[in-house]
Amino acid sequence: MPRNKDIQKVLVIGSGPIVIGQAAEFDYAGTQACRSLKEEGIEVVLLNSNPATIMTDKDIADRVYIEPLTVEVVEQLILKEKPDSVLPTLGGQAGLNLAMELEEKGFLKEHHVRLIGTTAETIRKAEDRQEFKDTMEKIGEPVAASKVVTTVEEGLAFTNTIGYPVVLRPAYTLGGSGGGIANNEYELREILENGLRLSRVGEVLVERCIAGWKEIEYEVMRDGAGNCITVCNMENIDPVGVHTGDSIVVAPSQTLGDKEYQMLRTSALNIITELGITGGCNVQYALHPDTFEYCVIEVNPRVSRSSALASKATGYPIAKVAAKIALGYTLDEIPNAITGKTYASFEPMLDYCVVKIPRLPFDKFITAKRTLTTQMKATGEVMSICSSFEGALMKAIRSLEQHVDSLMSYDFTGLDEDELIEELAVVDDRRIWKIAEAIRRDISKEYIHRITKIDRWFIDKIAVLVEMEQALKTQPLTGELLLEAKRLEFPDYVIGGLCGRTEAEIRALREGYKIRAAYKMVDTCAAEFAAATPYYYSVYGGPETENEAVATKDKKKVLVLGSGPIRIGQGIEFDFCSVHCTWAFAKEGYETIIINNNPETVSTDFDIADKLYFEPLTPEDVENIVNIEKPDGAVVQFGGQTAIKLTEALMKMGVKIMGTSAENVDAAEDRELFDGILEQCQIPRPKGHTVFTAEEAKKAAAELGYPVLVRPSYVLGGQGMRIAVSDEDVDEYIGIINQIAQEHPILVDKYLMGKEIEVDAVCDGEDILIPGIMEHIERAGIHSGDSISVYPARTISEGAKATIAEYTRRLAKALHVIGMINIQFIVCGEEVYVIEVNPRSSRTVPYISKVTGIPIVPLATKVILGYKLKELGYQPGLQPEAKHIAIKMPVFSFEKIRGADISLGPEMKSTGECLGIAETFNEALYKAFLGAGIRLPKHRNMIITVKDEDQQEAVPIARRFEALGYRIYATRGTARVLKENGIKAIRTNKLEQPAPNLMDLILGHKIDVVIDTPPQGVEHQKDGFVIRRNAIETGVNVLTSLDTAEALVTSLENTDLNHLTLIDIATIADR
Amino acid sequence: MKAFLILEDGHVFTGTSIGSAREVISEIVFNTSMTGYLEVMTDPSYAGQAVCMTYPLIGNYGICYEDQESRKPWVDGFIVRELSRVPSNFRSVDTIQHFLEKHDIPGIAGIDTRALTKILREKGTMNGMITVNENYDLDAIIPRLKAYTTGKVVEKVTCREKDVLKGNGPKVALMDFGAKRNIARSLNKRGCQVTVYPALTPAEEILKDRPDGIMLSNGPGDPKECTSIIEEIRKLYESDVPIFAICLGHQLMALAAGGDTHKMKYGHRGGNHPVKDLATGRVYISSQNHGYVVDAEELEKKHIARPAFINVNDGTNEGMIYEGKNIFTVQFHPEACPGPQDSGYLFDRFMEMMGGNNNAEK
Repeated sequence: MPRNKDIQKVLVIGSGPIVIGQAAEFDYAGTQACRSLKEEGIEVVLLNSNPATIMTDKDIADRVYIEPLTVEVVEQLILKEKPDSVLPTLGGQAGLNLAMELEEKGFLKEHHVRLIGTTAETIRKAEDRQEFKDTMEKIGEPVAASKVVTTVEEGLAFTNTIGYPVVLRPAYTLGGSGGGIANNEYELREILENGLRLSRVGEVLVERCIAGWKEIEYEVMRDGAGNCITVCNMENIDPVGVHTGDSIVVAPSQTLGDKEYQMLRTSALNIITELGITGGCNVQYALHPDTFEYCVIEVNPRVSRSSALASKATGYPIAKVAAKIALGYTLDEIPNAITGKTYASFEPMLDYCVVKIPRLPFDKFITAKRTLTTQMKATGEVMSICSSFEGALMKAIRSLEQHVDSLMSYDFTGLDEDELIEELAVVDDRRIWKIAEAIRRDISKEYIHRITKIDRWFIDKIAVLVEMEQALKTQPLTGELLLEAKRLEFPDYVIGGLCGRTEAEIRALREGYKIRAAYKMVDTCAAEFAAATPYYYSVYGGPETENEAVATKDKKKVLVLGSGPIRIGQGIEFDFCSVHCTWAFAKEGYETIIINNNPETVSTDFDIADKLYFEPLTPEDVENIVNIEKPDGAVVQFGGQTAIKLTEALMKMGVKIMGTSAENVDAAEDRELFDGILEQCQIPRPKGHTVFTAEEAKKAAAELGYPVLVRPSYVLGGQGMRIAVSDEDVDEYIGIINQIAQEHPILVDKYLMGKEIEVDAVCDGEDILIPGIMEHIERAGIHSGDSISVYPARTISEGAKATIAEYTRRLAKALHVIGMINIQFIVCGEEVYVIEVNPRSSRTVPYISKVTGIPIVPLATKVILGYKLKELGYQPGLQPEAKHIAIKMPVFSFEKIRGADISLGPEMKSTGECLGIAETFNEALYKAFLGAGIRLPKHRNMIITVKDEDQQEAVPIARRFEALGYRIYATRGTARVLKENGIKAIRTNKLEQPAPNLMDLILGHKIDVVIDTPPQGVEHQKDGFVIRRNAIETGVNVLTSLDTAEALVTSLENTDLNHLTLIDIATIADR
Repeated sequence: MKAFLILEDGHVFTGTSIGSAREVISEIVFNTSMTGYLEVMTDPSYAGQAVCMTYPLIGNYGICYEDQESRKPWVDGFIVRELSRVPSNFRSVDTIQHFLEKHDIPGIAGIDTRALTKILREKGTMNGMITVNENYDLDAIIPRLKAYTTGKVVEKVTCREKDVLKGNGPKVALMDFGAKRNIARSLNKRGCQVTVYPALTPAEEILKDRPDGIMLSNGPGDPKECTSIIEEIRKLYESDVPIFAICLGHQLMALAAGGDTHKMKYGHRGGNHPVKDLATGRVYISSQNHGYVVDAEELEKKHIARPAFINVNDGTNEGMIYEGKNIFTVQFHPEACPGPQDSGYLFDRFMEMMGGNNNAEK
């Protein structure tokens, strides 16, 4: 069927801010879909509240709205833009839910807008628990015994008929929010109550627990003519019970015979046929390990994290094909872009093994429970490709960027056998390391299998790796052994460590034996057809192994280093930068090569760069590619800290660093060098010292006077950074910092109270360009990534702005910056201090680019290539301020991480961001809060409990909330101060006091917001922690800074909440 | 022990010997299925060929005898990247290593199977030798490889005598040219009484048994070598008995009806080939294993038959409907095993051709 010509203008709904369970994969899917639609001449209107995405670029869509994802906004947008169709299946659950609400309200029908991709009826059949169950029963597909309940009592009654344990799954939530496994009545009540509240429709599925079965997924496609195919299947190494997003996943399945494989494949095709899906779909199964019995766990009638993984694992662009199907094409009409010869109506065949490992945020949330459950906790993931499972696993491990490089990276040697066996039963992110340790202790594989339920095949593969560790420790390092170790993807320095040699010696030895990495192509067809797209992975297979990556020589060539897995502190902003840099180099006639290992991103789409190497970002892995490609240069300033960390290694390889040189990157990070530069530029900074021990730190603090900021140098997202108010704090922080391998010194700075300001600039060596000055709403002390950021800066004087611009110029010049620089300042009155300089692209670059209309990354790229800003048509210096106000709001995923402390501080905790853009400050702020999911007012009840120092400051804020009709509950101290100031605060009992106390209020679901400012310092106020956790887990908004609270009340004042003005970002002039 | 795979173009791959250490010369082909290695090894259509599996991890789920597609493995040799040292599956009763040894089938592991596949793709299917002799003499071996021909393999793989699978439905005569078990099983499951005949059974003898339908099976080798069988099929063609044919059977029917076949460069072997049903426009993913293909144009021009299916990737013929006849043939494998079961409905179509089915289980 040719394309449906009635479709001319399509609204694509994105997935909003990055939160756990909904991450960069939807930017990848959405971007691919938009490009696919535009290719067909369709006018694309894009709505997504997330400014860090590539899909919200004006090159990707025709009209771009970075507005909150609410029904009201979509309605207004439809009235304004009058699209004929809405494509809802590419924006994850958020986009799908919005579209469904509009459809159910009848709005779409009323305005003659159709849903394309998949019909509302199909979505309901797949998403609504009962309808899904009925549909499965109708076609004879088994589902676990289950019942949809709407009350706790109903859930208890049903569970009594099927027995514990049971799995609880709330309907219409993200990443399994609010779900879990209940082993007894107590747990059932707790989880069920919470789940009922979080579900959009107040429904939770109570289901027979199939924990321990194999978890298998199929990615399937179907077109309007009914043709269907499976793109790939995947096997979770972790059996059912761990959310697939938190599982280690392998593609294709490894332990299924053809009978099981085809049984489930046929089932998946029957299901999408019955559901009538047109597009991509994910079907998850539980397969009994010892019989052919299986159950359908769930179906996602849209692109998903798994479909992004499947696309990268196979080379089959699911989102692109889904978009074409939405336009009416059939699979056999859509060409396979990789082979150029075949069509989308075929099934990819892999001749390699793919392993995905989730990136979990426990390095950021040290108090959080590491246990993995059906509630997803990972912020991102890495993928690796190799011809062996062991190799793929080892590559994925070292791609994680969490100080792991092998199965020896977590130390469990301190446990005795009983303790180790106990640990094996704990399902957490370190399980494969525990299994490795158990194998080292000669605990039988069968026993390990019985405890973990992980298939024997995977346990044996871990044993293969452990055996290699032993062999390297005990046997002479022959060429044969070395080759085998490399085939299993042991890094050189790990081999060196095991056999008592240096990394350089191992490399030299390898060279002597000619053991080199060869590169193979991902071609969708196991080499059956010639592939046109250079998408590579490495293998070590001995001298006869063919290397398919051939260096091309006709063009200048640049290596762009990606930013690895999405984690807190390094989000998709850096993918945005990498991709734009790649495109800019291509425009300048360069051949572009991307190295990255994140399957969720746009940068690892095979048609972004001329060549894609899907590889870990370690010096050794990069060097192997450099040896083949011999690039003319590498760009590190766009790939975040991951890429920056490779600078030194690249230089040693003889690769030219394009843009700011490595010495200057160092100068910005090295305290002494940097102090020298500041002095030379006559720029003040908060006083501080570089120390190595706790004693030195305390001495420094005494000299500076508390409070002080303590942090390791070379950090990401404020990792390990704390405000210390006492010597005890210093002792504790230094202890924490030193838990992580720390080769770099520790910085102790005077903590200054003031306005925090952030600037991104492009410098060509002579001139600088500052697109705009951003001001943080929260005062210094809260990580910039967790602060609300306002452009243009509102509360600082013109004089201070001029000083900021001047300091930026001086610093950029002194550091010989060529390209991007990011500087953070503290402004106290007219005094401007520099607190941090990053000679690289930053988190705010996509945001500031979009709201100023200045394409910073392409500009910086051109500057790196030698262009001058003046030649590029820009007046140097601070650019004129835009008319609108644009506010970047951090978004958190606290409810997903049990036990994480939500109070904000110098360590970054947010997972994503959204934008509020409007002509007035209040409206922009309101939109920003709305985009972050804070929809107020609802019940007009709030709780205020602030630390003593904050009580006076809380008064005007409380007064303003009161004026908005809020009833204020407060704990004793706060209540007293409020009352003294004429505010009708209702005193409430603390936790340990009799009911009704604070907790009863929170659990009563009548509270809009809790303002709770925890005291500085380590002393964890137990009460506060419990209050905050409970509030978050009951879906109550919690603010831990008075600045944020003030912003919130401002946003609620004099904003006409029902009439937001929508701004098309694409119309912001590109000057 | 080291093993070598020597190709007739002079390429040598060094790997590890698996299975038998016997030296073998065979036609080297590749199969892209990611699962179903036992079904591949026991598919009689592979007689006279050594199969390279493009998926690198083989043997993961061990060997389950009941998954065999015939009484024994027929491949001349087996070529893999990596053989799993531990099989893991609840039905596994043997390891692939032991299975190969038991059946005296030589193999080689640890070679760059992707590089081998690319050679076969670029240069076409060719002959090769698997040997453990480290002192092999290329100059002596290559002429032997070039001279090697597969020979009449159908006679080797067909059953020795007639066999009957009881059923209450239509009586089907299954001509065994190297039939995969699941063909008979698929018919039997639909209630058919299936009588399996050796490949060289004269047409008269089959027709005498008054079958309601005739099923021509898959099988190995060059269809044109089966001259006497083609003669007999011509007689079956002249009868009015409904005929359904798969793979070699499809090629033999084309030859019997006056059409032609030719050898493909490297064939279709795997479980992901899209075929389009020309009557409905629907595309199905099929299991395939063939190195020869029917020239549909010839038969179409003569108004003897028209194409029923084509391959979406390369446009080659995948099935024919014979004009004025109750005959329907396909190149791919609706019986799957290994591979997708999407086209299993064709057995239902055959049931309809035989006058439909009464009360048989589906």
